[in-house]
Amino acid sequence: MSKDNFILKAEGICKSYRMGQAEVQVLKGVDLAVKEGDFIAVIGASGSGKSTLLHILGALDTPDTGIVRFDGRDLSRQSARGLNRFRNKMVGFVFQFYHLLDELNVLENVFLPAMADKSVIGWLVSRRRVKNRAADLLAQLGLSERANHKPYQLSGGERQRVAIGRALMNEPRVLLADEPTGNLDSETGNGILKIFEELNKAGQTIMMVTHDERIARKAKRIITLADGKISD
Amino acid sequence: MYKIILAFRYLLRRRITYLAVLAVALCVFAVVVVMTVMTGLLRDFKAINHSWVGDCVVSTDTLVGFPYYREFVKILEERDFVGSVSPVIRSYGILTEPSGWNTSVEVMGIDPVKHSRTTGFAKTLYYHKDWPADAFKPDYDANLPGCVLGIDKVSARDQRGKYSHYSSIPRYSFTITCFPLTAGGALAKAGLGLVNTRRFYYSDDSHSGLAKVDGAFIYLPFADAQALCGMNGPSPRASAIHIKFKAGVNLQTGRNRVAKLWEDFLTGRGGGKQANLLSKVRVETWKDYRREVIAAVEKEQIMMMAAFGMIGIITVFIVFVVFYMVVSHKSKDIGILKSIGISNRDVIELFLGFAFLVAVCGSAIGTAGGVLFLEKINRIESWLYDHYGFQLWNRAIYAIDEIPNKIQFDIIAVIIVSAIAVCLVGALIPAWQAARLKPVETLQVNQL
Repeated sequence: MSKDNFILKAEGICKSYRMGQAEVQVLKGVDLAVKEGDFIAVIGASGSGKSTLLHILGALDTPDTGIVRFDGRDLSRQSARGLNRFRNKMVGFVFQFYHLLDELNVLENVFLPAMADKSVIGWLVSRRRVKNRAADLLAQLGLSERANHKPYQLSGGERQRVAIGRALMNEPRVLLADEPTGNLDSETGNGILKIFEELNKAGQTIMMVTHDERIARKAKRIITLADGKISD
Repeated sequence: MYKIILAFRYLLRRRITYLAVLAVALCVFAVVVVMTVMTGLLRDFKAINHSWVGDCVVSTDTLVGFPYYREFVKILEERDFVGSVSPVIRSYGILTEPSGWNTSVEVMGIDPVKHSRTTGFAKTLYYHKDWPADAFKPDYDANLPGCVLGIDKVSARDQRGKYSHYSSIPRYSFTITCFPLTAGGALAKAGLGLVNTRRFYYSDDSHSGLAKVDGAFIYLPFADAQALCGMNGPSPRASAIHIKFKAGVNLQTGRNRVAKLWEDFLTGRGGGKQANLLSKVRVETWKDYRREVIAAVEKEQIMMMAAFGMIGIITVFIVFVVFYMVVSHKSKDIGILKSIGISNRDVIELFLGFAFLVAVCGSAIGTAGGVLFLEKINRIESWLYDHYGFQLWNRAIYAIDEIPNKIQFDIIAVIIVSAIAVCLVGALIPAWQAARLKPVETLQVNQL
């Protein structure tokens, strides 16, 4: 943990994209700090840069200017290996469209992050523990019966719960969710939000992007992104 | 571990990869079959040549021959690395039948026992197979002067590569006419009818497997051939000395030792009668002695290998296209994997592992199919000939009995390793492109 108690901190983040001949500046100096145990919802209109900000905070993308610090360490100074480790251990992503691997079953999708940094021998040694952890997560998410199913055999809500299980597999410090209910009906979406609330109560830091204020109200803190900047 | 699991799942669940496996399998199948047949042909051809020549030959190209061969044979026979030695007369003559019909022949004078110890001569005989002592004794009258004819001189090869023989040797005679030469190369009987002619009786035939030999050669007793060619003067001459080394003697080492003996022998005979003929004598291994005919077959094999190299390039391209398509379809997976912390190197390894599996499966199918096909290739060809008159080689023309189909595991190993390398090369660029994909781009909504 950094001295100022922030787990994740963004300072002066700017990001622009080229769209044809024009350059669109999406983020124009975003400052943001996430504390341990926070449940933050970032809201804003479509195209306001919410997802871009989330991707930058999770080291899936890099800012044009500005610094992202995790536990006080500047992510731009991390090696490729360090960033891979950061994405594997420190953050967990939940996407709007679930993004599960079709070739793997539910259980395998959940324990995939735990396999990522293990050699064959390392996997053989730890597979029982890893599989037990994945099975526990599926039980918590109410998917025990679906462990051996393929993603295409699940409903949207079930797929999103699998994606949450995968994101939580390595016990990340921060859960980053990009429109996690955006592709679900209201009832199913509420179920997902309930899971987030319970996780947060248990101490999980969550940062969620949504365009729906009703959903954002479930979070402890709401940040509004407008015109490339944060307006609390 | 996930790389192995995902590579297997991609292989089993992506139908497009079946196309890549099929391409590799077909390529491996074709190369296994063609290389086995071509290598078998070359191996058999070399073995036949080796058998016909022996290990080493001391010879001259001139029709005059060279003197002092008996002395050198004695020197060779005393050496511990020499197994056996056979002096030979080589010349050209005319075979004339009683009807007056005649044809040119290559005359080879040999001692059948010595020559059989040195070469595979005894095994080429039909009526005296492995019993060469009587090769020049016609069964119907052992006192008559016998000769062994190249099999194509007495029997026609049928479409299945078989020769017909009488159950016992037929009484058949003809005359052999040679042009005896002096040591200086002039006609020895100028003004006296020029030629030497003698009647011989057919005592056996020789099937060496070498088309030019079996179609042109006639084997005579050494002394008779020497007399016919005018090489039996006060200083008798021979055309060649065939040598077989003892078991375990390296071919080149043996040849070098014979060459050294010949050099020493030459030094000692420098001022002797007809010594100028000795300078034209060469000492060669059987490979060098027959290089003209072997090189042609080797060249054919190299051309086939080049042709199959082109097939290899096509396979690289097919694998490249298939993997390019697979990577295009799997860009979302790559984004997902990167979002959970998988490195570029891991992505490359995943797709190369996938290519490796494609190569292994394709190679296994292609090799199994090739081996099965080779096992049945002669039966298949026979069936095709019976039903459609098709033959890979016309046995009436080519001196090939069966299509060589002996599986050579070293060649198969090289083909499999090459197929794997080809697949990895074909998959390398798509794998590298996959690794370079940015996760944010592949996970965009419009990518779905």
